[in-house]
Amino acid sequence: MKGFAVQIEGLHKSYKNVVALQNITVDIKPGELFGFIGPDGAGKTTLFRILASLILPDKGKVELMGYNVVQHYKEIRQRIGYMPGRFSLYQDLTVEENLRFFAGVHGTTIEQNYALIKDIYSQIEPFKNRPAGKLSGGMKQKLALSCALIHKPEILLLDEPTTGVDAVSRQEFWHMLQNLKKSGITILVSTPYMDEASLCDRVALIQKGEIMKVAEPEVIINDFDHSLFGIRTNKMFPLLHDLNEFKLTTTAYRFGDTIHFVSSKDANPKKELISWLELKGHQNIVIQPVAPTIEDCFILQMNQQN
Amino acid sequence: MKGFILKEFLHIFRDLRTMLILFGMPVAQVLLFGYAITNEINNAQIAILDHSKDPVTQEITYKLLSSGYFQLNDQLSDASEIEQAFKKGKIKQVVVFEPNFAQKMTKDPPAVIQLITDASDPNTANLLSNYTQAITGDYLRQTSGSKRNLPVINIETTMQYNPELRGVFMFVPGTITILLMLISAMMTSISIAREKELGTMEVLLVSPLKPLHIIVGKVIPYVILSFINALIILILAATVFGMPFQGSLVLLLLQSALFIVMALSMGIFISTVSNNQQTAMLLSMFVLMLPTILLSGFIFPIENMPLPLQILSNIMPSKWFIIIIKSIMLKGLGIAYIWKETLILIGMTLFFIGMSVKKFKIRLD
Repeated sequence: MKGFAVQIEGLHKSYKNVVALQNITVDIKPGELFGFIGPDGAGKTTLFRILASLILPDKGKVELMGYNVVQHYKEIRQRIGYMPGRFSLYQDLTVEENLRFFAGVHGTTIEQNYALIKDIYSQIEPFKNRPAGKLSGGMKQKLALSCALIHKPEILLLDEPTTGVDAVSRQEFWHMLQNLKKSGITILVSTPYMDEASLCDRVALIQKGEIMKVAEPEVIINDFDHSLFGIRTNKMFPLLHDLNEFKLTTTAYRFGDTIHFVSSKDANPKKELISWLELKGHQNIVIQPVAPTIEDCFILQMNQQN
Repeated sequence: MKGFILKEFLHIFRDLRTMLILFGMPVAQVLLFGYAITNEINNAQIAILDHSKDPVTQEITYKLLSSGYFQLNDQLSDASEIEQAFKKGKIKQVVVFEPNFAQKMTKDPPAVIQLITDASDPNTANLLSNYTQAITGDYLRQTSGSKRNLPVINIETTMQYNPELRGVFMFVPGTITILLMLISAMMTSISIAREKELGTMEVLLVSPLKPLHIIVGKVIPYVILSFINALIILILAATVFGMPFQGSLVLLLLQSALFIVMALSMGIFISTVSNNQQTAMLLSMFVLMLPTILLSGFIFPIENMPLPLQILSNIMPSKWFIIIIKSIMLKGLGIAYIWKETLILIGMTLFFIGMSVKKFKIRLD
């Protein structure tokens, strides 16, 4: 069992009568940057809390570095860094005091592990005497990451670290994760942003408490075996409705300022589609083949499962 | 651990409200209680019922009225008028001289002065009767020298409406108790609940810290600050209000420390069952504060309570602590007399610490 950093087998968790997670099975290799991708309410936070030994699974086996989250939570807590979805540092303490405190809690000092956090911490070090509550969203995330890293964890659990952070900071954050990966830390990230999936080594698409697919992001995109078109007409508003009534439609959904249309398998419905839309009174019809993104794959997966 | 305690101090010192509650409130409360109780008495309205009307009674009456403390409101002629005089609400005290007062004083001592005092306000009543006794005693010494051994005048004091006259020097023990309880229990329970509310508890739990570490780290700053508070209250009580101080200071401080730890462990226990600051605060108020004030004997004498409440008062730690402080401060008793109360407090402390450690959740709900 030593071969995996994280091993989850047949995990179930429900709150009263709401099923939060069901039948989760996934193995994560040491040193992997692994993403759990799914919309809000998919069960990501519950999963991360179970991994952090903060809540107990109802059923199934969850092991981190060979330690079971139920019996060996003490060993696990010494070896993981956990960053909850909500900003969870002391807002009235300064940047440096927060970091020093979390280092102390883990029996280490900032100086001892400075090398590990240098890349990240040096960006917020100019503000080290500022109360954490007064930092910007991006800086808060950097501080939280520094605090989660200061004790040199073997596994880093980041629950939605980029939610509520601006696009530039998000990019920076992922860049930092890529760098961290080089030091051999296994990193688990959850995110509702589909575009971040491509930055992971492997991702699990998670929806309504179930994992739909686990694979490398490229594989997931390659597995998209339908034709995908971006469609625009002069009447965007009824377009989605009209497309959904078209007989060859697998699924259609808004995507930016176009509507993505997935035809049923192996069909090339362009001609029929144009005449259908014209029949419905659309003009200036633009239909372009589009390369699928993870989001397209996610929606298709979701569609197939229903 | 050191880091944890340091962090806790920073939380306290950076929050103005916390600091105000910690240090502003005790001073304000002691001063309030103190000044409410040491009000000087000036021109208290009294009535005189002189059955004797001889030179001695007239002399004493004159002395009383010229002292500045008393003002004659009414001359009564019959005992039946006393009740009526009180009911008008103006007079605070009736001084009654028995018939043939001067004669009795020399031939068949003691002669009796009866003081009937409106003790619905016990503090004033006590002061009035003390003043009257002092003035009469003064008069005696002046007239007869200090040779006589036998008291020639006997003063019988009747405290109307509140015969027991409780709560005279209760204010300091009571205030110390309430403040220590409030600060210790409420502040710790709130500070732990705050960690839960803000999500920092989640991070603490995931760290290798043991529950005991978290609890002790939380408690130590408040132990120190509460102890400083207790000192402030005692110093104020002694210097500003001249609170009598009979017993051992060391013993009193040790007992205060014990009570502080007790209150803190209660606070932690409360925090283990509340998930946010509001709940912690309300629980502290209703579970700790109100019973402390109402059932500890601070305001209402326990002996006067119905039996079920008397029994209930036994589980109030504050009851035992008030007994302890009173014994040490007012009666000057040593540990030999209060070991039982001390043991009860120690037992309660251990119970709450044990319960807190046991109930402290190592996971989220």
